[in-house]
Amino acid sequence: MTISRRNFLRVAGAAGGILLAGGAKSARTAQTPQTSAGGIEFNGMLIDTTKCIGCRACEEACNAQNSLPKPEVSFSSESVFEKKRDTTPDAYVVVNRFPNVKDPDKPIFVRRQCMHCTEPSCASACLCKAMEKTPEGPTVYHKDRCMGCRYCMISCPFDIPKFEYNSPSPFVKKCIGCYDRVARGEQPACAEACPEGATLFGKRRDLIEEARKRIYRNPDRYHPRIYGEHEVGGTGYMYLSAVPFRTIGFRIDLGTKNYPELTSGFLSSVPLVDILWPAVLFGFNYLISDRGEERGKESGDGE
Amino acid sequence: MESNVKPMPLPGKPAAPDTGTLKGFLRFLAQELKPRGKILTPFNVVTGIIILVGIAIIAVRFARGLGAVTNLSQAYPWGIWIGFDVVTGVAFAGGAYILTFAVHILKVKKYEPIVRATVLNGFLAYVFYSGALLLDLGRPWNVVNPIIGNAFGYGSVLFLVAWHFLLYTLVLFVEVSPAIAEWLKWVKAKRIIQKVTTATIILGVTLSTLHQAGLGGLFLTAPSKIHPLWYSSNIPVLFFISSMFAGFSMIIIESMFTHRIFSDRLDEAHRASHNKILLGLAKGSASVMAAYLFLKVIDLTHGHQLGLLLTPMGYWYLVEVAGFTLLPLVLYVVAIREQSTRLVQGTAVLTAIGVILNRLNISVIAFKWYEAVRYYPSWMEIWVTLAVISMELWVFRWVITRMPILGAPPDFTAKEGTLNNLDDAEVVRWKVSSSWKVSAS
Repeated sequence: MTISRRNFLRVAGAAGGILLAGGAKSARTAQTPQTSAGGIEFNGMLIDTTKCIGCRACEEACNAQNSLPKPEVSFSSESVFEKKRDTTPDAYVVVNRFPNVKDPDKPIFVRRQCMHCTEPSCASACLCKAMEKTPEGPTVYHKDRCMGCRYCMISCPFDIPKFEYNSPSPFVKKCIGCYDRVARGEQPACAEACPEGATLFGKRRDLIEEARKRIYRNPDRYHPRIYGEHEVGGTGYMYLSAVPFRTIGFRIDLGTKNYPELTSGFLSSVPLVDILWPAVLFGFNYLISDRGEERGKESGDGE
Repeated sequence: MESNVKPMPLPGKPAAPDTGTLKGFLRFLAQELKPRGKILTPFNVVTGIIILVGIAIIAVRFARGLGAVTNLSQAYPWGIWIGFDVVTGVAFAGGAYILTFAVHILKVKKYEPIVRATVLNGFLAYVFYSGALLLDLGRPWNVVNPIIGNAFGYGSVLFLVAWHFLLYTLVLFVEVSPAIAEWLKWVKAKRIIQKVTTATIILGVTLSTLHQAGLGGLFLTAPSKIHPLWYSSNIPVLFFISSMFAGFSMIIIESMFTHRIFSDRLDEAHRASHNKILLGLAKGSASVMAAYLFLKVIDLTHGHQLGLLLTPMGYWYLVEVAGFTLLPLVLYVVAIREQSTRLVQGTAVLTAIGVILNRLNISVIAFKWYEAVRYYPSWMEIWVTLAVISMELWVFRWVITRMPILGAPPDFTAKEGTLNNLDDAEVVRWKVSSSWKVSAS
């Protein structure tokens, strides 16, 4: 325990402490915008996996809120935990059970849903703006615009958008962060339903402060990292865990660069090519063409 | 449109109607649409069955959704309809932009005899691949949204690809249209088209550059899903460069078939220059492949991925890069030194396999290589792909046997009655023998 505590302090000192220092802090906010362009702060959710008991009340509430079909196995059955589940077109949030590497008697429950990235890859990938990051925070889906190309699914680092493969008129389905509720000033259905307070809804900046506070105050309870604080440029939904995130199904190799940046370099070359290429080619063509010379010759010859 | 170019009626054959009037045009079209030659040939029967069953599968796909006929899953949203039909097919259609660039911009006259066939191939490829793309879209009726809709996703690589794809297809149509004008004997139309040729070709090269690169750019957003040996921030450049040698090899392969099957339609000049053309294409292909491999090596060493070569995916990578890109490069060089067109043709096939492997690797095989349940295409996905190719071949054959594509274009400036090429075109009949050979009747 003491070792892990020391480790924690070292990491906290390196990561948290330095980040709180003035210069580094402003650099970080520049990298990870906390607010939308309109100056409204994004809402998000802090999911504390150390508090989750796997009751699946969030799943049930989500199901009701989004009028999704009833699941095959009832929400009260624990049998679903035997297999790792992924979200589906009919289930926007699923809870999975993982063995606890720290305490084998206490399995860890982790819910999985859209992370509502600060700069979502799906929204930048969509060619008809069917996926959209709202100023309130949730990334929503406009079904009337979607053409079903599924590029959002290719682009999402968390593999969240799901497609209705068995419908002749299919849509992409995913958690939309209960946009209507959030816009009304309410919290998402899953957060409201959680009996353990494992899901905390609020402004992203406040949630990060709260998460840090929890880590500082209970260094033995928490792994010293907030998943989603920096991943892919920051996500709206963030996680706390007792164990390293790698052991409870999270990808830790996604990097901190936001995904739209991956294509921005290429896209910025487009106008350049579209303007320079024709100019160069016309020049080439003119250079090589002997039309002018022939005309000169003809007039010189005078026939 | 021009009454003074009416061809001399051939004995025993109704006079070609005047296509200038609507009635005449329709009669001409009806006459041209009729199949020529034997109908029940092995080629026709086989492809006919493939197309009929393919249409049935497509009907099921639209009635019951993509899941009914494909093996696509939540983990693999894109299968071979995207990875092969679109991503690979478009690379092979690259021959059109590279050849029009050589002939019309750089004025390399040597390749002139093969420009029309290559452009036609490119145009049909685009039409049929965008058709295949519609099959893969979940909501194809919304395909116009990024074009005319109120929702322009400027920040999307796919938005760029869609626009350039559409515009380039139109450009290819303009590039094909001189042959159509000659077929319809629309002299004035041809004259107008010829005036915009240079501008059209420059536009075509520009659009191709960006959308060949853009197809690769699509995969930039999946750094955590594509195997590190294939993922690179250079994917757009690699796609663009490889579309050149994909185009070169496709022209070589295509000419192998057209020379055998449509030999009667080739003019002497074409036949005589054919060997020179093939060796020239091999040179072009080899130099571009060298540049491509150079970039591949840079990617490999800069990414510190040399260790990954000694994993199963690494061996697979070496099969693609060493076996089907480096080896063909060496063979091309040997073929150029030995002046062996045979070897050029064989190498073109190897190169094409390499391009198919590369595109399938990035879009399907090395995509989520870590997944426990992998995607492999269903027989119906493969069948529909074959049906699309068969339909394209039918249309290609129909056009080749009716329009001046392979032979020299008719001389509209000549006086009445000397349109030899056009009249010759009318004489030629389809006759596909069991060896798929066409001979004039």
